Amino acid sequence: MKRIITILLAILGVTFAADAQKIKGSETVLPISEKAAQVFMKSNNSGNVTVTGGGSGVGISSLIGRSADIAQTSRKMKFSEKQKFQRSGKAVKEVIIAYDGLAVIINPANKIKKLTREQLEDIFTGKIKNWKDVGGADMKVIPYARETSSGTYEFFKEVVLKNKNYLSGIMSMPANGSLIQSVSQTKGAIAYVGLAYVSASVKTISVSFDKGKSYVFPSETSVKNKTYPVVRPLYYYYLTKSEFLVKKFIDFILSPAGQKIVREVGYISVN
Amino acid sequence: MAEKKFYKRLLEKTIEQLLRISGTVTSITILFITLFLFKEGINLFNTPDIEDGYGLYVHVANQKEQLSPEEIKEIFDSEITNWNQLGWKDAEIKIFRIDDVFEIYPESEMGENYALLPGKLAEIISKEENIIAFLPKQFAPNAPEVKELKTGNIRWQDYFLGKEWLPTASPSPLFGALPLIAGTLFVSIIALLIALPLGLGVAIYLSELAGEGQRRILKPVIELLSGIPSVVYGFFGLVVLAPLVQKIFNLPVGETALTGSLILAIMALPTIISVSEDALRNTPREMREASLALGASRWQTIYKVVIPYAKSGISAAVVLGIGRAIGETMAVLMVTGNAAIIPQSLFDPVRTIPATIAAELGEAPTGSAHYQALFLLGCILFILTMAISVIAELISKKKSYKVH
Repeated sequence: MKRIITILLAILGVTFAADAQKIKGSETVLPISEKAAQVFMKSNNSGNVTVTGGGSGVGISSLIGRSADIAQTSRKMKFSEKQKFQRSGKAVKEVIIAYDGLAVIINPANKIKKLTREQLEDIFTGKIKNWKDVGGADMKVIPYARETSSGTYEFFKEVVLKNKNYLSGIMSMPANGSLIQSVSQTKGAIAYVGLAYVSASVKTISVSFDKGKSYVFPSETSVKNKTYPVVRPLYYYYLTKSEFLVKKFIDFILSPAGQKIVREVGYISVN
Repeated sequence: MAEKKFYKRLLEKTIEQLLRISGTVTSITILFITLFLFKEGINLFNTPDIEDGYGLYVHVANQKEQLSPEEIKEIFDSEITNWNQLGWKDAEIKIFRIDDVFEIYPESEMGENYALLPGKLAEIISKEENIIAFLPKQFAPNAPEVKELKTGNIRWQDYFLGKEWLPTASPSPLFGALPLIAGTLFVSIIALLIALPLGLGVAIYLSELAGEGQRRILKPVIELLSGIPSVVYGFFGLVVLAPLVQKIFNLPVGETALTGSLILAIMALPTIISVSEDALRNTPREMREASLALGASRWQTIYKVVIPYAKSGISAAVVLGIGRAIGETMAVLMVTGNAAIIPQSLFDPVRTIPATIAAELGEAPTGSAHYQALFLLGCILFILTMAISVIAELISKKKSYKVH
C-alpha cells in the first residue's frame, strides 16, 4: 500500500511539477545523467528529472519532436540533424558535459602492447588477419565491434577507421559488458570500449596517431590533456527557447559537485 | 422466478458476445500486424540505394554516369582507388564528404543558413577533375562543371541474394540478407537436430519407463526450465558454454553457431519434452495392452504403436520447438558472435534475423531504408515460421500406417 501511494505521488509529481524535464539519448551518457538527476532531485525538491536511454540518434529526434527537453549524445550533432532543426526554425544549444576516452582492449594473454592507427584500421577493416603481422604471436586476429546502433561504433569508425566500413561480418556485441566478457575469454580478440568500462580481465594497449612516433596509453591524465587521441566529448543539446527550464540542471552538472559525479561514474570531467 | 431466469440468460448472452468480440479483435489484430509488417517491408524497393536526401556528384569530364552500391562502397572504403578500375582514365579517385568542406572554409564564410555553401561546393568540384563528392541534395552544387550521378532504387536481388549486411554504411548502405537468412536457418536446424532426439528420448522415458514417483519430480523440473528468462540463458551461454566450446574444439573464438545451437536446443527442450510426453501418454491403454497381448515386447510397443499414435502431438512439439529456436532473440544475440557471414561450418559465428532486428531497430530512423530493411527481415521470419508449421501440419496429417 505504501508503495502504491509512493508511485501515485511520483506520477502526480511528474505531472504537476512546473520544471519537470526529460533527458533522452545515448547509453554512454546515461550513467552520468542518472546519477546527476538523483543527486539533483535530492538537493532540489522542486525539480524533477527523468532520464531514459535509446541511443544518441533517438535523443536528438526526441528533441526535435519535443518529447525530450535535453538530448544526451555521445557524438556531435550530424549535419543532417542540424538541418532538421534549422528547417523547423528551432535554435539549439550545445554543452560539453564530460569527456570519454575509448580504450582499445585485447586479451591479457596477448603480448602486444601498442598499435598505430593505421594498424588498427587494417585490423578492423580485415586487412590484417594474424597477430604476427603487427609483431605478435602467430594467432588469428578476432576483432569485435559494438552493434551498429551504438554511438561508440560510429565514433570509432569515424576517428580510427577514417570513415571506412568495418570488415563485413565482424563479430559484434550488443553491450559493453558482453564485449569485455568475450575479449577476456578469446585469445586473439581485440575490441574497444569506453574507459569507464575497462576492467582487470582485459588488457588496454597504447595507440599512436602519428604513424608510430609516439604511443599514448589512455588514462585520466592523457585524456584530459588531450594527448590521447581517441577521446570524444559527451554532449547535452537543448532548445534555446527552453533554456529557462533546463538551465538549473545543466548548471548543476557543470558545477564542481556535478563534475565530481562525472568522475565517480568513470568519465573525465570538463575542467 | 422469471426475472432470475431472464438475468441468467442475459448474462450468458453477454458472455457469449464478449467472447465473440475478443475472438474477432484478436484475429483482426494479428491480421493488422501482418499487414503492417509487409507494408513497411515492401517499401524498401522504392527507396534509393544511396542515403536519402543525398547525392553523388562528380566533375562533368567524368565519363561515369552511374555506380552500383558495391562500387560506391568500395570507393569510399578506399578499395577502389583509381578511376581506371571503373573503366575511366588512369587517375586517383578523390573522395569528398560534406564535413570536409569545413576544413577548407570556416563555417563563418557559409553565410546565413549555409546559403553560400552550394557555391563553395561547386568551386571545389570544378577545380578537381577526379573528385567524387557525397553531398546533401539541398546544397547541390549548381554549376556547368558539376554532374550528379544517377542513382537507382534498391533492387530485390541485392537484398535477397546480397552477401554483405552493412546497414549503416555511407553513402551506400548494403542490405544483403542472405547471411542472416542462412544463419537463422542454420542455427535453428542444428538446434533442432540436437534437441529432437534428446527431447523425444526423455519424453519416452518419462511416459513409458519412468515410475510415477520419478515422473512426478522430473516433469515439473523440466517445465521449470521453460520459465527461465532467455537473457539468463544467453548469459549462461556467453560465460559458461562459449569458453567450453572454445576449449573442447580448440577454436580461436567461443561464440559460434554451435554455441548458439546448443543454447537454443536447451531452451527448446522443455517444450519438446512436455508436449510430446503429453502426446505419448494420451495413447489409449487398450492399444498398449493389445500390442503387449499380441506378444510384442515393451520396446516394440513403444516403437510400433505408441509413437505412431502420438505422431501429430510429436510434430506439434517439433513446431513449437523450432518456433522458439527461430524466433529466439536475446540468448542468440549474446552467444553467436553476430557476424553477418554465411556460415560454412559449425564453428563460424553467425548473425540471426531476430538478433539483427533487436540490435538495430532502436537506432534506425523511422521510415529510412534501414528501418524498412529490418521490417522486411521480419516478413522473412514470419514466412519461415509459417512454412515450417505448414510442413509439420502436413506431416502430422499423413497417415503412416495403412488401414486394412
